[in-house]
Amino acid sequence: MPAVRTVEAMMLGKLDWSAIPFGQPIPLIAGAVVLVAILAVLIWVVVKGHLPYLWHEWITSVDHKRIGVMYILLASVMLLRGGSDAIMMRIQQAVAYQSQGYLPPEHYNQIFSAHGTIMIFFTAMPFVIGLMNLVVPLQLGVRDVAFPTLNSVGFWLTATGALLVNISLVVGEFARTGWLAFPPLSELSYSPGVGVDYYAWSLQISGVGTLVAGINLVTTVLKLRTKGMNYLRMPMFCWTTLASNLLIVAAFPILTATLAMLLLDRYLGFHFFTNEAGGNVMMFMNLIWAWGHPEVYILVLPAFGIFSEVVSTFSGKALFGYRSMVLATMAICVISFMVWLHHFFTMGAGPDVNAIFGIASMIIAVPTGVKIYNWLFTMYGGRIRFATPMLWAVGFMVTFIIGGLTGVLVAVPPADFMLHNSMFLVAHFHNVIIGGVLFGAFAGFEYWFPKAFGFRLDERWGKRAFWFTFTGFYVTFVPLYVAGMLGMTRRLQHYEVAAWRPWMIVAAFGMAVLTIGVICQIMQLVVSIRNREALRDRTGDPWDGRSLEWATSSPPPVFNFAFHPDVRGEDAYWDMKVAAQQQSLDHTAPEYHDIEMPKNSPTGFVCAFFATIMGFALIWHIWWMVILGGIGAIATFVVFAWRDHDEYVIPAAEVARIDRINLEERRGLVSMAGMI
Amino acid sequence: MSMTATVGRAHADPHHIGLVVEHPGPAPKRTVTAYGFWVFLLSDIVMFSCFFAAYAVLADQTAGGPKGSEIFEQRNVAIETVCLLLSSFTCGMASIAADVRNRFWFYLGMAVTCVLGLIFLAIEFREFADLVSRGYGPSRSAFLTSFFSLVGCHGLHVSAGILWLLTMMAQVFAKGFRADVLRRMMCFALFWHALDIVWVGVFSVVYLLGSGV
Repeated sequence: MPAVRTVEAMMLGKLDWSAIPFGQPIPLIAGAVVLVAILAVLIWVVVKGHLPYLWHEWITSVDHKRIGVMYILLASVMLLRGGSDAIMMRIQQAVAYQSQGYLPPEHYNQIFSAHGTIMIFFTAMPFVIGLMNLVVPLQLGVRDVAFPTLNSVGFWLTATGALLVNISLVVGEFARTGWLAFPPLSELSYSPGVGVDYYAWSLQISGVGTLVAGINLVTTVLKLRTKGMNYLRMPMFCWTTLASNLLIVAAFPILTATLAMLLLDRYLGFHFFTNEAGGNVMMFMNLIWAWGHPEVYILVLPAFGIFSEVVSTFSGKALFGYRSMVLATMAICVISFMVWLHHFFTMGAGPDVNAIFGIASMIIAVPTGVKIYNWLFTMYGGRIRFATPMLWAVGFMVTFIIGGLTGVLVAVPPADFMLHNSMFLVAHFHNVIIGGVLFGAFAGFEYWFPKAFGFRLDERWGKRAFWFTFTGFYVTFVPLYVAGMLGMTRRLQHYEVAAWRPWMIVAAFGMAVLTIGVICQIMQLVVSIRNREALRDRTGDPWDGRSLEWATSSPPPVFNFAFHPDVRGEDAYWDMKVAAQQQSLDHTAPEYHDIEMPKNSPTGFVCAFFATIMGFALIWHIWWMVILGGIGAIATFVVFAWRDHDEYVIPAAEVARIDRINLEERRGLVSMAGMI
Repeated sequence: MSMTATVGRAHADPHHIGLVVEHPGPAPKRTVTAYGFWVFLLSDIVMFSCFFAAYAVLADQTAGGPKGSEIFEQRNVAIETVCLLLSSFTCGMASIAADVRNRFWFYLGMAVTCVLGLIFLAIEFREFADLVSRGYGPSRSAFLTSFFSLVGCHGLHVSAGILWLLTMMAQVFAKGFRADVLRRMMCFALFWHALDIVWVGVFSVVYLLGSGV
């Protein structure tokens, strides 16, 4: 018998049948539903014969637009998963007054940990990275990002991380430690299961993907801009993309190092953060927040960029205070690295240290305030069109100001001592992340959807989605502020205080309203796809836009632009329209040239396949499989490096054919504008 | 459409400074690749800096185990340092050989770089094995944890570098000095030199400062 067990341990590591939660109906049923859904989609794809199309046009695609769309799709799916976790938590807290509720503690703890991890790493991050991928090369007037194949690798590694988190639902467990896995709770002695390992390895793998995306986009913005696209002519979204990705490059290695230390503690008995042998728990806090605070700006800066584009377009005016906006963006980029300690004022670093970080945290509100005023002054005197993206933008301004004000409140150390880890804090960061990042992501989604797919989204369902989400947000989170003021701490599985109960019930009701908002959003997509012919955008410029992405057709051809546009000022496309300098648009029979584009490559997908195997094997201590996965991933890159042709040529005649269609449509638009 | 309303505002250089230098357009591929790799190296150095920070925080936490001065052997470290610095020189020679398309000197430079790197790794491995056998492994104390991690992280980078080096030699052998191979060679050289810079940090912070205490 022992010999059999040893062989089993060698082959399967810690994995056995007890990993499947047969006794817990909720994860089991949820897992089964997801599995059936995935299988159904797969079968449908194969039976209908879509597999070759998916493989050639999407999975192996290195086109930044396709990769951007896939990022956003991943984010949307994970938003539903994270949202389901949120619904379960709100229901639990509504019913768990003087009772255990319906979720046992160990399950509830996994849910709030998974909710945070998923929403930050697999919803918000892929959403903003997807939008940046989709839009930035178009706005810069270039044909692709700096490293197209690496871009695909980055996406698929992110998907690997998301997959591992979801596997934890049915095979084993997820972390019960909260979304940042603070030690010593996350150390082996207190979390002996595989939950923390799932958490850490999925973040390590997707973190590599994020770093790759960051390097790629920084290089793209700094080195690949079209003729005349000087720094101070870049659209604001390109600026915030630059700032955000500089932060990724500077901050994500800190996360990688910190999680590596935690994993070394857990796997090899190191003593970075243990209670014994001189380990230092607070070092983890410092390191993780040195990544974690820049992270919130990584998320919200691109959202600021989106709002800048949306507000300017739908007010029919150039962005007010463009240069101050650039300055504010870069100021936030720098200061965001100087405030991390405000996440643990209660550590007891002393009044001087706390005061410095408190003041720095308040200072960062200043450039943010500058931005708010710039948006307001952009609207002032403009002819505002309240299309759905603009609604999200205005909703954001109101909501984010409230979130910002409560942020300044908790930046005061004495106040923070009272509010630390309370529901007030939970309400605050949801206020800024939902009100800032999620509203921004939705605004960008509505705004650029016609560019990506060639038809608009249904406005009626869009507005319904906005109003339900907007209202639902307040009904959910204002009660949490109140509960926090009444002393309720975060992450409570059940509680005994009668005064909190009504607020929890209101919050659960708000969650229902939010859910209707999400359903409206799905309905919007369904209705729009069904009515796509009626909603078709033939001009490539459905919103009367100002920047270069609107100068090409919708969806853009694979090469984006037949010519690199020649930029003469801010709002490059607006200039072209207004001054009617239609050199690149209007002149007949320009001379077309062959265009070289990068070839598709399965490298990203194959690499992620091996990374998934390796990650799963590491979590379950299946060492032979770790080695196999590792060798596979390296071999993939060597094979990629060996290929002889990495580009293909689109002949000039084909470029001309595609471009002429776009010019025809656009000429109609320009002459129409001329009449008005 | 209110296009005519804002004609006057559409131009850059709103203050009419008149000093706007037109951006020439996308950079050539070689520049883009090198630039991207520089950005990666910066991010890698940020990661190293975390391990440096952890070492600085934990260096005094010996938990009754040995201090740095009791386990560091200056002679070995000196040999390691000489190997690595010399290997940077030979790597530079290989880069020059690649630029002038000279296979013989390229292979020779890379081979010597590889051997020097392997000597470095062998010495480091012996140091680690010796410490572990004396009961001073990374689990002994937080100091040893941070020591093994920082030095080991550098060692892992050198190992990865050697794998990359061998791949580069094979690529030149199979593909010749093609443009993409040369771009990769440039990145490899940057990587190898960066490891040298990190080692100077490790040498100073860990071995020099540690020996004094």
